[in-house]
Parts: sequence; C-alpha cells; structure tokens
Amino acid sequence: MSIPVLKFDAVIVGAGGAGLRSAIQLSEAGLKTAVLSKVFPTRSHTVAAQGGVAASLGNSEEDHWHWHMYDTVKGSDWLGDQDAIEFMVRKANECVVELEHYGMPFDRTDNGKIYQRPFGGHMSNFGEKPVRRSCAAADRTGHAMLHAMYQRNVKANTQFFVEWMALDLIRDSEGHVLGVTAMEMETGQVVIFHSRATIFATGGAGRIFYSSTNAFINTGDGLGMAARAGIPLEDMEFWQFHPTGVAGAGVLITEGVRGEGGILRNSSKERFMERYAPNAKDLASRDVVSRAMTTEINEGRGCGVNKDYVLLDITHLDPNTIMKRLPGIREIGLQFAGVDCIKEPLPVVPTCHYQMGGIPTHYSGRVVTPQNGDPNTIVPGFYAAGECACASVHGANRLGTNSLLDLLVFGKSAGDSAVEDLKAGKAHRELPKDVADKTLARIAALDNRKGGANVFETRLAMQRTMQNHAGVFRFGDLLKSGVEKILEVEKAARQLEIKDKSMAWNTARTEALEMENLIEVAKATMLSAEARKESRGAHVRDDAPDSPEFPNGRNDAEWLKHTLFNPVDNSITYKPVNMQPLTVETIALKTRSY
Amino acid sequence: MERADYERLRWRCIRRALLELDISLTRFLDQQFDQLDEEQKQTFVEMADMEDHDLWHLISGQAECNDPRMAPIVAMLRK
Repeated sequence: MSIPVLKFDAVIVGAGGAGLRSAIQLSEAGLKTAVLSKVFPTRSHTVAAQGGVAASLGNSEEDHWHWHMYDTVKGSDWLGDQDAIEFMVRKANECVVELEHYGMPFDRTDNGKIYQRPFGGHMSNFGEKPVRRSCAAADRTGHAMLHAMYQRNVKANTQFFVEWMALDLIRDSEGHVLGVTAMEMETGQVVIFHSRATIFATGGAGRIFYSSTNAFINTGDGLGMAARAGIPLEDMEFWQFHPTGVAGAGVLITEGVRGEGGILRNSSKERFMERYAPNAKDLASRDVVSRAMTTEINEGRGCGVNKDYVLLDITHLDPNTIMKRLPGIREIGLQFAGVDCIKEPLPVVPTCHYQMGGIPTHYSGRVVTPQNGDPNTIVPGFYAAGECACASVHGANRLGTNSLLDLLVFGKSAGDSAVEDLKAGKAHRELPKDVADKTLARIAALDNRKGGANVFETRLAMQRTMQNHAGVFRFGDLLKSGVEKILEVEKAARQLEIKDKSMAWNTARTEALEMENLIEVAKATMLSAEARKESRGAHVRDDAPDSPEFPNGRNDAEWLKHTLFNPVDNSITYKPVNMQPLTVETIALKTRSY
Repeated sequence: MERADYERLRWRCIRRALLELDISLTRFLDQQFDQLDEEQKQTFVEMADMEDHDLWHLISGQAECNDPRMAPIVAMLRK
C-alpha cells in the first residue's frame, strides 16, 4: 500500500502554547515547518490557563530571577533539575516581552508597564514574603497567548494541518527520529510526515483519571507515541490535584468559593477540616485539603450512593454574594451536578489537574534517553516541550503560573535547538522500509477485530483504576493492587474493537487511537507511583508519613532521583537529579513548608 | 445534515479547549440536537465555531445572547 509522504524541515505535533512557540522559531528561521493539531490551534487546552505567566520583571515591586528559582526548586520539593530551573527563570522576562511584542494584550499598570499580581508560592527574597510576579491578560491569559502566537505563525508561513492526529513516531535503526505518521480526520487517510526535526508539544494526559479538570483532548498522544517508540517516561508518578472538582464531571470549582466562606462537609454534615487543620480549616493548602477529603471518603464518610464524594456548602452565604463574587459557580453547579448551590451543597472530589512528568528532555528541548550508561543521551532529531515534556522544572510539584512559562521558554528553546541542529545537519535521512507498517497494523486491527473490548468501557475502567488506586493520597496496598488492575486494563486496551469502519470523521476510531496512548501513560503512572516508597511533592503515601527522620515523608538519601519508566518491558530505572545550577550555588535541600 | 457534516460537528463539540464545553456540547448533541430543524442545526454549527470562553459565557449565563437565531439554542443548552 502506497502512503503519501510530505517532506518538511520540521514537524511539530500539537498547536497549544509550546507547539506554537517552537514553530515561530523554525518558520522565522526560514525552515519549512508543519504543525499538526487535532483541533484548530486556538482551541488547544492552553486556552483554559487563566492564572498568568510568571516572570521576575519587577514591575510592581522588587523581584529577582534567583528568588523565582528558589521558589521553583522548593515547589518541586527539590526534584526539579536546578540547571533547567535556572535556565527557565532567567529566560522568563525575555519570553514575556517577546510575547508582548507579538501583540499579547497584557494587563497594564497606570504607567503602561505589564501589571503583575501575586500567586501562591511566589515569594521575594528566598521565601520571605509574597511577591507580585504573575503577568496576565484578564482571565484569558492562555487564550490571548495562543491568539498572539498563532498570528505570528501565520505571518511566518507556518503550515498548519488542522484536525490531523499524529499516530506514531518514525525512528530508523540507529534511533534517529525522522517524523511521524498521521491521519487526516476528514478522510481517514494516513500520511507520512518526513522531517529532519520532530517536536512534540502534545500537552498532558489528565484524562487517565476519572476526575480531571483537563479537557477531553488531553489524551497524552505524544507520550503514547514516545512510549511505543521505546522512549522511557520520566517522573510519571507526579500529578497535581485540585481539591474541588465537581464529582463525576471534573469541572473546577475555584478556590475563591472557600475564600468566600465555603465549607467542606462529610456525610454527617460535619465540617471535617476542623479536625485536620484547626486554624486554616477549609482554607488550608491544596494538598492538605485534598488529603483530608480522601481520608473522609476512604473511611466511609463520603456522600451519595457510593459514598465517593464530599460536599462543598455555600448555602449559608447571601445569594447576592454568591452571584456577585462567584460568577458562574451557580451555573457550574446546575449544569454539571444538577444542584443549585444557593439551596444545596455541591458534590466535590480531589481532581487531577496537571502532569509534572513526561518525555525526558534536556533544557535545550532535546529529548534524552538512557544509552550505554549515560541516562541523558540525546535522541537525534527529537525534541519536546510543554506539559508533555519533563525538563525537569516542576519536579514533584508545579508552582502556579510556571506552566505557561514552561511552554514559552521550552517551546522557544526546542525551536532554537532544532534550528541549530538543522543548520548544522544534513539532508533528510532515508525512511525505513517498514515506515508505516506498525501504524497501519494498529488501524487494521481496530477495523477488523471482532469480539474485542469496548473503547468507552475500557477507558472508564482505566480512569476508575487510576482514581481509586493512584489518586491524590496513595496507599501501598492500593498501589500494589492498582498495578495488577491497570495491567489487566492494558490487555483490554490492546484488543479494542470499533463498530464504525468508515473513513471520514470516524470519531470512534480516533477515540480508540487516543485510548492506546492513554493506557501507556496510565501504566507508567501506576507502576512509577507504586515503586516510589517515599512521599515527595504531589506524590503522598500513607506509608511514608511525616516523621523527625523523614520530614513530610521525604527520603532524600534513597529517593532524590528521577524515575524512568521503560514501557517496553515495564521496568523502572532511575537517574540523578541535577542539583548543579548554571551559574549560581546549589539551592540546598531543606524541608518544604509554607 | 449529511453524515460527514454531522461527524465533523461532533468532533468539534467533543474536543474543545474547555472541559465545560466538552461536557455540555456532547450532552447537547446526544440529547437535544435532533430536536432542531435544519436552519437551527446550521446555527448550532456556527455556535460551535465560537471561541470557547465566549460560548461558555453564553451557556453559563455570564453573557447575554443578543442573536435571536441563537437564543432558543442557548436556552436549550442552559437546561
């Protein structure tokens, strides 16, 4: 079967913030650049980012990149690589100013500078007091960012392939990456994108969990493709959860609801946070609240038929206050929980929000993998940036507003590295003879299989397994049984069947292909989480509690290292955290407390 | 509406930037879309092309719907 081949200097998969930012570098360097996206670029999930982008511009008060670096290392619970973190925070100002020049409508101060507001975890003078570091465009920062960068790409002649799904990474026998196979949704046609540089910017995979704030599009396609191509995934046990997503839907209920006086209650209507955090109560930090909620549910004090959620009660507040101070909350309750929060409490659960781990990269954006004893051997021709990548700057937990910074800095960095490599490099390498065989076999198997597993049911089984066994608060025995269960789900995911065999706009096929990516991420997460026997950042285990020897359950002697999950044989290896920054002294280990 | 047109619309409803729209538009397609006449279906296709925040503000009542063609569909989406 003859498959069309399209040749580009660079192919970028994903048109969210990281993909668009890297495309600008390549197209403006005069390189022929293709960007593939499952949706129109300005409909990427970056749109959902509201908080802002962190940069120590110092427009509102004194600030310094070194303070930002300290906050990020501390936020990461010392699992972030300090060279990558220094690189990111030092590039922040330049990236924000560039974005402004692209036309990003940042909020401004009276004297015309970019307005900056405070955000949790960002402090001045090495943790002394909060600092105003977040640059935003009202509550549409991510959206405005995508528009500005999309326009810039149009001007630079980037070629967009909209409503195309990348399917598999193409590697030759020497391990060089030569592009991707992809499917045009409108026709079902599979095409080879043959490139000299391939950049993955496919976002996160939050849909592996039953309760997730992520849009349905976040199916970890880049991670799935990398895993199938034999590239290990780094630190996949680390996922950030938000305490209050609407139970059953995942839609985020802003922290502002508790700020305005919202109270969390269990099945006995008890204000349970009084037991866990007597002072801060419902306003305790995200992880404390999430753990308390999980404990209530696990100990049988959850609500509803399945006792699997708690209640967020604002019925005691003046309805006018709710309408005025919490716009949209009543509608979220009505739409997604069938509850009028003026009269009844809202059902909520801790909800997956952000993936810290991903495809291992150097801070230059080049993908690295273990080879011949070197855990950071560059994979020629392959780059990754944004939530799908692990540089690693977020380590075990991400600071708010550092995600938009990550995609700007590392999107640009990956683009720059690709330009550098392409200018020094040679012509396209020859495609392997069996270039599309695996992709075509996967599609043929979906089309021809009879008596296989149902996609919806398999996805639901995966999501429930992840939520119940590897949620925000983790237990050794549940992780162990979770490993068995997810490997069972994997068997089903390898045997999916679809009823619709049509070519054009076959969403059943697309969802099945997405499921094959999700399961790679779910498996990596469960097995990596089971293996890490300490608590660190967002990975909190009941059997690794706070103690004088191990504050917060963190065990640096044994576990100050990155996990590498090898999807080929489900094995796990580790590599050291880079504690050496580029120019400054190491930020020394200490207990993370706020 | 032709099958291919419907399936394209479906993809554009089930893969949005915002989870809120993924859920409410998928539900609308599954439960209410068939009740629309052809002209209304075309209006809904236009609505699906709106920016995510704008469309969500309409559905969630944070913005007024001033387009008389869209108003009945917005009312259905708000249910």
